[in-house]
Amino acid sequence: MGAPESCPGCGSEVFAGEAFCEACGRSLTGEPVPAPNGACAECGSTSFSEDGYCEGCGALRPGDRDHIETEAGVAAGVTDRGLRHSRNEDAMALTVAGEGIAAVVCDGVSTSPLPQAASQAAADTGLKTLTERLAAGDDPETATRTALTRAVEAVTALAESPHDAPACTYVSAYAGPSGVTIGWVGDSRAYWLAGDASRQLTADDSWAAEMVAHGALTEAEAQAHPNAHAIVAWLGADAGEIEQHITAFVPEGPGTLLLCSDGLWNYYPEATRLASILPAADPLTGARHLVRLALDAGGRDNITVVVIPFTQEHAQ
Amino acid sequence: MSEQPDFSIRVDQNKYLPQGGQEVHAIVTVESTGAPVGAGTGASAAEVIIIDTSGSMDYPRNKMISAVKAAQAAVDTLRDGVKFAVVSGSSRATMVYPRAEELIPANAQTRAEAKAALSRLTATGGTAMGAWLSLAGRLFAKHPEGIRHAILLTDGKNQHETPEQLDQAVAAAVGRFVCDCRGVGTDWEVAELRKVASALLGSLDMVASPEALEADFRAMTEAAMGKAVADVALRVWTPQNAKLRFVKQVLPSMEDLTGRRTDVDERSGDYPLGAWGTESRDYHISVEVPPGVVGERAKRVAWVRLMLGDQVVSSGNVLAEWTEDEAQSTRINPKVAHYTGQAELAENIQVGLQARKDGDLDTATARLGRAVALAHESGNEAIAGLLGKVVDVDDPATGRVRLKKDVDKADEMSLDTRSTKTVRTRRGEG
Repeated sequence: MGAPESCPGCGSEVFAGEAFCEACGRSLTGEPVPAPNGACAECGSTSFSEDGYCEGCGALRPGDRDHIETEAGVAAGVTDRGLRHSRNEDAMALTVAGEGIAAVVCDGVSTSPLPQAASQAAADTGLKTLTERLAAGDDPETATRTALTRAVEAVTALAESPHDAPACTYVSAYAGPSGVTIGWVGDSRAYWLAGDASRQLTADDSWAAEMVAHGALTEAEAQAHPNAHAIVAWLGADAGEIEQHITAFVPEGPGTLLLCSDGLWNYYPEATRLASILPAADPLTGARHLVRLALDAGGRDNITVVVIPFTQEHAQ
Repeated sequence: MSEQPDFSIRVDQNKYLPQGGQEVHAIVTVESTGAPVGAGTGASAAEVIIIDTSGSMDYPRNKMISAVKAAQAAVDTLRDGVKFAVVSGSSRATMVYPRAEELIPANAQTRAEAKAALSRLTATGGTAMGAWLSLAGRLFAKHPEGIRHAILLTDGKNQHETPEQLDQAVAAAVGRFVCDCRGVGTDWEVAELRKVASALLGSLDMVASPEALEADFRAMTEAAMGKAVADVALRVWTPQNAKLRFVKQVLPSMEDLTGRRTDVDERSGDYPLGAWGTESRDYHISVEVPPGVVGERAKRVAWVRLMLGDQVVSSGNVLAEWTEDEAQSTRINPKVAHYTGQAELAENIQVGLQARKDGDLDTATARLGRAVALAHESGNEAIAGLLGKVVDVDDPATGRVRLKKDVDKADEMSLDTRSTKTVRTRRGEG
C-alpha cells in the first residue's frame, strides 16, 4: 500500500493501489467501478432521473449503450458512443427474419429531448413490426412501410407536447431470398458494397442533399456548408407529414449490405471507399473495424454500423 | 380544465471545463407559448390598485388628477369577474372601493362605482407604504388561488414608518401577491421602491410626467390580465458536494434570486418566478463543483425543472465535462458573456450614480464610462440613450465620457430605475 493521496472526487484520503475511493466510491483507476444492481458507479446511488443522470452526483448511469455489439445469423452490428458525446443516442436492432436478415439503425436528434429514448423506441418497434409483418406473409415493401409507420407512432407517443418532442432518424433493411428492401427517413444511410458496383442506396433527407438535388451546390460545397448536417425529415411528434422512402433491388452477385449512422459516413461517405476499407472478415470484425476507423478519424458523433453479408445463397 | 401555456426550457452553456476547473455557467431560457388571450379566459385573477394620496400628490395638482385618471383606466381594463379593490395610501391605508375590506368582482356597475369613488379622492397626510402593502395582503388573503397582482403608485419617500416597518410588511407580502411599483415625480427613492418591487417579483418604473400614468396603468393591468398561471417556480437540483453560486433572472431585467430559495430536499430548492402569460425570460445559473476527471463522460451539475405546484412542466440539464483541449474549455458561451456584461452594466450605473451624488467624480466618470461601453457593445440602446443624458460621450467604444454639469433629476432617476433592464443578444446566437 502506497503513501496517502486524496480522492479527486471528494478529497478523502486514499492510498495508491486502491481501485476506488472508500468514501465516495469514485473509481481511482479510470476504470468504471463495477456497480451492483445498476447503482451509480461514482456515488453508489440507485436513483436515476428519466434521462439517465444519477440523482446523487449527476453522473450518467453506467452506460449499457456506450458500446454494444450484436450478432444475428450472418449479420452483426456495433454501436458506440464515440469520443465527443456524453452518451450514445444511436440505436440499432437486428434479427434473423425467416430466411433473411432484418435490421434497423436510428440516430436520436441531439437537440430534441430524450433522443436516446426516441432512437431506441424507433429501432425496437421498427424491427418488431418488420419481422412480424414478414412472418405474416406481407411482401417486403409493405412490411417495410408498416414498420416505419409503427416506428413513427412509437416516437410520437414519447412526446409530452409538440414543443417537447423526442426525435430520431430511421433506416431499415430486409435482406431476403428475393432481394434487398430499404426504408428510411432522415440521414442514416444504407450502402451496397461490392467492389466497383458499390453504391449508396439511400438519399439523405438533409439540407445538403436537397441543395445538391436542386443543383444549387456541388456535393463538396454542400457538405462543407455549416447547414450540411441539418436534417429536413425525422420521426417525432413535431415532424409533420412524413414521406417514407423505399428502395428495393436484387443484387447480381455477392456483396455486403451496410447500414450506418452519420458517425461513420461523416468520415467515409463514398461507397467504393467503404467497400475498400471493409475487411474481408466476419461481419462483427468488419463492423468493429469500421467503428474503429470512425473513432480514429475523430469520433465526433455516435457511430453505428450494421454489416449484412449477402451471399449467393440469398440470391438463389 | 385549466388552460395553461406550454412551457419549454432551453439551456445555453459551454459544458467543457479545463482540468481542475470548478465553475460552471449556463443561461436557462424559459418560454411559455399558447397562453389564453383576451378577456373572459385564463386563470381566476385578483387585482388591487394602490394610489398614493399623501398631501404632496397635490403639488403639482396634476399629479393627483393624473393618478386618479390612471387608476380609473386600470379599473376599465379589468375583465368581468376579476376580483378587485382600490386602496388609497397616506400615513395609513384606506379602502376606496369597495368600502368594506374585501375584493369585489368586476362588472359594469362595480367598475362605475369604483371610478366614482376614485374621483372623490383628496390628497392629505403622509407616506407609509408598509401599511398599504399590509392592507393589500389582507385583501389577497381571501383569494389565495390564481393570479394576484397589485399596482403601487407613490410620489414620495416612505417617511411615516421606520425602514424596519416597511421591511416587515414587504417580507409578510412575499409570495402572497406580485406588485408592480411606479414612482411619479422626482421626490421618491429609487432604491426604496426597487426593494419593494424586487421582493414582490414586480417591475419598477418611473413615470416622469403625470400625464403618462394613464397609459402605463392600462398596460400594467392588461399585462396582469394576460397572465395564465400564478406561482411558477424554478426547481434547481445540484449534485452532492456542489455549491449553487447564484440564480439570477437576467431578462427582461436583472434580479438576483439567490436568496429567494426555498429548500425542497437536500439537493433541490425552489426559486419563485411569479405569474406567467405568453413570454420568455432568461436566467443565469452558476454552480461550483468538485473538479472532475478528464475524459470521463459529461455529468449533470444542475437539473432545472419548471414547477407548477407539484407538476414538472419542463426540464433541462446543465452539464460539465473536463477536457485538456483548451480550444474547447476556454470558449465562453456567447449568452453567458452577454448577460455577464448586462449585470456589469447595471452595477456600473448604480455605483456610478451613487459616486456622482457623493461627489466622487473620478469614480463616477470611470463607472459611467464603463457602462457606456457595455451598453454600446451589447446593443442596449435604451440604456445608452439614458446614459447620454447624464454624461457627454466622446467615444462609446472605449467608454471615454465626461460628466454633464447640469443633469435633470428626472433623467438621473430614470437611468437609475432602468439600469436593470436588459436586452437579448444582438445576434441570435445559441
